[in-house]
Amino acid sequence: MTFTIKAALLSSAFALASPALAAGTHPVTGEKLADDQTFTYRVLDEHTSVDPQIVEDVSGSEIVRDLFEGLYNQDKDGNLVPGVATGYTTNDDKTVYTFTLRDNAKWSDGKPVTAGDFVYAWQRLADPATASEYQWYMEVMNIKNASAVMSGDAPVTDLGVKAIDDHTLEVTLEGSLPYFAKTTTHTSTFPTPKWAIDAYGADWIKPENIVVNGAYKLTEHVANERLVRERNEMYWNNDNTIIDKVVSLVINDENVALTRYQAGELDRTEIPAGQYPALKASNPDEATAFPRLCSYYYTINVSDNAPEFLKDVRVRQALSYAIDRDIITEKVLQGGQTPAYTFTPGATAGFEVPSVDYATWTQDERNAKAVDLMAEAGYDKSNPLELSLIYNTSEAHKKVAIAVSQMWKQNLGVKVSLENQEWKTFLNTRGEQNYEIARAGWCGDYNEASTFLDLVQSGSGYNDAKYNNAMVDELLADAKTMDDPQANYTKVEEIIAADMPLIPIYHYAGSFMIKSNLIGSWPVKNVEQNWYSKDLYKVAE
Amino acid sequence: MRQLETRSHQLGAKYRKFLVGRTGKSPGLVHIWEQFWRRLTLVKVKRAALLHGDRMFNFILRRVAVAIPTLIILLIASFWLMQSAPGGPFTSERPLPAQVLANIEAKYGLDQPTYVQLWNYVVGIVTEFDFGPSYKYKDRSVNDIIAQGFPVTLTYGVISFVLAIVVGGVLGMAAAIRQNSWLDYFAVGITIGAQVLPNFVMAPILILIFTLWLGWLPGGGWNGGEWQHLIMPVIALSTSYMASIARLTRSSMLEVLRSNFIRTARAKGLPDRTIIYRHALKPALLPVISYLGPAFVGMVTGSFIIDAIFGTGGIGYFYVNSAFNRDYAVMMGLTILLGSMTIMFNMVVDILYAWIDPKIRL
Amino acid sequence: MTDKLAQPFSQAKTAEMAENMAADDVQGRSPWTDARRRFMRNKAAMTSVLVLSLVLIFSLFGETISQFDNETIDWDILGSVKELGRPSIENGHFFGFDENGRDLYNRVVQGSRISLAVGIVGAFVAVIVGTIYGATAGFIGGRVDSIMMRLVDIFMSIPYMFVLILLLVVAGRSITMIFIGIGLTAWLDMSRIVRGQTLSIKNREYVEAAVAIGVPTWQIIFRHIVPNLLGVVVVYATLLVPQMILTESFISFLGLGVQEPLTSWGALISEGVKSMNYGTLWHLGFPLSFFIITIFCFFFIGDGLRDALDPKDR
Repeated sequence: MTFTIKAALLSSAFALASPALAAGTHPVTGEKLADDQTFTYRVLDEHTSVDPQIVEDVSGSEIVRDLFEGLYNQDKDGNLVPGVATGYTTNDDKTVYTFTLRDNAKWSDGKPVTAGDFVYAWQRLADPATASEYQWYMEVMNIKNASAVMSGDAPVTDLGVKAIDDHTLEVTLEGSLPYFAKTTTHTSTFPTPKWAIDAYGADWIKPENIVVNGAYKLTEHVANERLVRERNEMYWNNDNTIIDKVVSLVINDENVALTRYQAGELDRTEIPAGQYPALKASNPDEATAFPRLCSYYYTINVSDNAPEFLKDVRVRQALSYAIDRDIITEKVLQGGQTPAYTFTPGATAGFEVPSVDYATWTQDERNAKAVDLMAEAGYDKSNPLELSLIYNTSEAHKKVAIAVSQMWKQNLGVKVSLENQEWKTFLNTRGEQNYEIARAGWCGDYNEASTFLDLVQSGSGYNDAKYNNAMVDELLADAKTMDDPQANYTKVEEIIAADMPLIPIYHYAGSFMIKSNLIGSWPVKNVEQNWYSKDLYKVAE
Repeated sequence: MRQLETRSHQLGAKYRKFLVGRTGKSPGLVHIWEQFWRRLTLVKVKRAALLHGDRMFNFILRRVAVAIPTLIILLIASFWLMQSAPGGPFTSERPLPAQVLANIEAKYGLDQPTYVQLWNYVVGIVTEFDFGPSYKYKDRSVNDIIAQGFPVTLTYGVISFVLAIVVGGVLGMAAAIRQNSWLDYFAVGITIGAQVLPNFVMAPILILIFTLWLGWLPGGGWNGGEWQHLIMPVIALSTSYMASIARLTRSSMLEVLRSNFIRTARAKGLPDRTIIYRHALKPALLPVISYLGPAFVGMVTGSFIIDAIFGTGGIGYFYVNSAFNRDYAVMMGLTILLGSMTIMFNMVVDILYAWIDPKIRL
Repeated sequence: MTDKLAQPFSQAKTAEMAENMAADDVQGRSPWTDARRRFMRNKAAMTSVLVLSLVLIFSLFGETISQFDNETIDWDILGSVKELGRPSIENGHFFGFDENGRDLYNRVVQGSRISLAVGIVGAFVAVIVGTIYGATAGFIGGRVDSIMMRLVDIFMSIPYMFVLILLLVVAGRSITMIFIGIGLTAWLDMSRIVRGQTLSIKNREYVEAAVAIGVPTWQIIFRHIVPNLLGVVVVYATLLVPQMILTESFISFLGLGVQEPLTSWGALISEGVKSMNYGTLWHLGFPLSFFIITIFCFFFIGDGLRDALDPKDR
């Protein structure tokens, strides 16, 4: 639990203490603010939707977090801060949560935000007719009757959520969930205005119809080109909102985006793989890299129909040992990534990276060991192992795959055939275990180690290696109810390092160019990168 | 028509051999030449038939009658190809739980047999002009996507197209008339250079020059079609077609200028201007017109790169990406749109062709 | 305008030429000899043949003068290609290193091989399919012709690039698929041109004679029609090759091209374009030069062939 009531109190105190901004200075830091508070950033691709219950992609969620506000928000460091809720109480076994909603929260059409709006939104999410791709989130939240409602076996009204009165929301869970409040920062739990949806149907999210309760209103949307959101005067904390206007531009090519950033058209863009050092040298105030809650790894097919050689643990270990992670992070990607020898990123809250043997060796030792293991398994340079490596179309994946295939070739004599597949084909191939080794990446759904380690559970839908280890399953099942599951997580990581059903390669970093007048307010310490435009500001230069 | 042709054969046979030779004729030109020669020998009957209103009407009717089954075949073929591609619209990095997937498929009718889906889709188009929903961009329909993206593509497409024809045509014509002058060399050099530079190379170079170094133009976006946002897309899209058209016009103009009837005209002492405008222009444009069809299709393809690099929001990007996203309805809606555009365009080209060369049977 | 054009019509000369043209099977200078002579006189075309031969030799034997290969990564260079990976004659990396620390010279050599192969094989597929289809339709004529040509119209309205993308997505990616896919999208124009030519050849005396003595249709098509189409086909094929190379480059830009470590001009160029603003301009320069020079050459040769085979210009 990282919820700090202190931070929450502090920020609401500010809301009360400074109803209007002193002209041109930041209310907390006292920095002088720039006159033009327009934030323009690049997105890779058109967002899927701005409907909180429908949206399923990162860029869409970023927009939804500006347009709508849920029970809780995250601050710069990823801690919970009150949103529409001011606080909550819970029963002893943490199965019933009662949230108190603030009475000054309003929709952009002037109606108050009530507990009923949340009930409607959550029922809408679980309703099979809505057909949301995030329906399962109700199960992650462990809400009572979620499964039955989703399958259509129970009416939506059976969902364990109800409005006691306009400002009190009661949620009943299937079982205890200590971190329930954390799950309410997810966009699919944000309230939606029933009257607008009833009036306009699927068109309710169009700029001319939409009703929002967040800090910004949607004012313009041109698909695949731009989306504009502007200050919402009805937002309860509008006085503390500094950025007036947010513009997201769809620019598919990251190199073109960088050129446009350099020409001053953007305030923020991603740094293409390999360019971070050069940009850091030329623009030290603008280039930034920070750890993300994501792991990059190669998954090895160990299912029943996998080729025999991959079922040999020595081969799997040798392949892992022969990869020089430092070269991948320091020479190929060069964007602040950290080498990975274990699966869960060190940035995960409350998780301590266990020390596994091969992480402590030098690369020469690892290579030597790998050659020995290969020899034991019956392969050497005169009798080379042949395998295929698939990855999905992307510059960065290609670079890593090329480097890894050469490491395997040069160290072990393994003949690797690289196969670059287009995204959906790739997912299909990997999901049906028609591969030998496949590139994979995973970003945490929430900030806790189980979101990563669940992937090696035998029953997990995301376990593309089809790794099956009863001991791991048991350790993970036990961890769910433990107060401090670190010991179990350590053991699981050690088992993975020994069995090597997946080869961890690196932990992601976000590397961005952010204009120097904005970078100070960017939440670089929020590893989930849940940012809110209302918390950003541009200082005067 | 048959009769006319036979007659022309007899009349022209003697000279035809001289003009056409036996083997190895250049593609369009010889054909055009034949048509042209026939025209010269058939002065009296030349306007006999083809531009007659009824014929034109019949021609259009016939083409439309063929267009409908064509579109249906196109629809079925692309639907089938799409369905046989691995993965579906809801295949994602995080496989959806079975129940969720079932709910979604039920909502979009994807749980039904393929032929039922196809039938429902066609019925939707015919009865309500509804091209279905986008599975990827869930808050909009294919109609929305077309309504928004198509005008964008059309705007920069038409401007590029007109520019390519006008500039290319004038340049080619000028080069031919002043053959072997500096103008000619300049035009040839420029056009060959422009023709071989792929637009995915040219577009980023334009952005580097005009946006980053000179700071004259915005590096992308559409902004409602402001002229500043139009310049680079139009240059990137039109240049190679402009070059092709200039080359085509130049070579066909040269041939026309060397032809017998122009020599005759010169012998008669007609002024150059009259010769060119009155006699040479129309025949010289024939190969250019036959090139317009492929150029149009090429520009549709090229619009993907324009949208991808300049972020203009046209349908080119949606189209290619709908294949990658397995966004069936978007893919089919745009196939129908672009297919019918192509059919219509080819029809217009044929009519134009017949207008210039009445020997062509409509 | 020039004196040459204004010259009075020389009756005698024309008669002589017409005689030559007609004397197809008569001993003496065949039209092919004439064509060759005319082609040899075309300086641009002959230079292009020379340059193209050099590119071809480069693509086939370029590796022999380099001690490196196209896939081995130099780990010391990787990550600092901009500073250490410049082209250099002394260290044997003539074209420098690519972004992944591999020798660019060898990559360009191997990429040339793929691109030329795609261009030539693709054009070949298009020519074969288009010629047979067009000649058949044109020769048989009547209802068969109109059905076959309607079909071409139908195919023409298919956005072919999209079909190509779908094909590569559905059938997986392989060089063969790229060859076939690119070739199959280009045969339509070919078939139309060939049909037009066939229609005019069909009425020649020797064909009529063959029909009269009862030679089977397919035999007439292959014995008489197709050989007489050769000129058009050769010219068109030459112009088709650069088009195929351009198509392949677009496919590579989409990321649907050949698999690593193999590469092609399109793939190299699109990598080069991405990094052109990062101080490694040689990544773009070398492959793009080869690409442009080759396409130039094909254009000039195509134009030259057309002029040579098309006696009416003389």
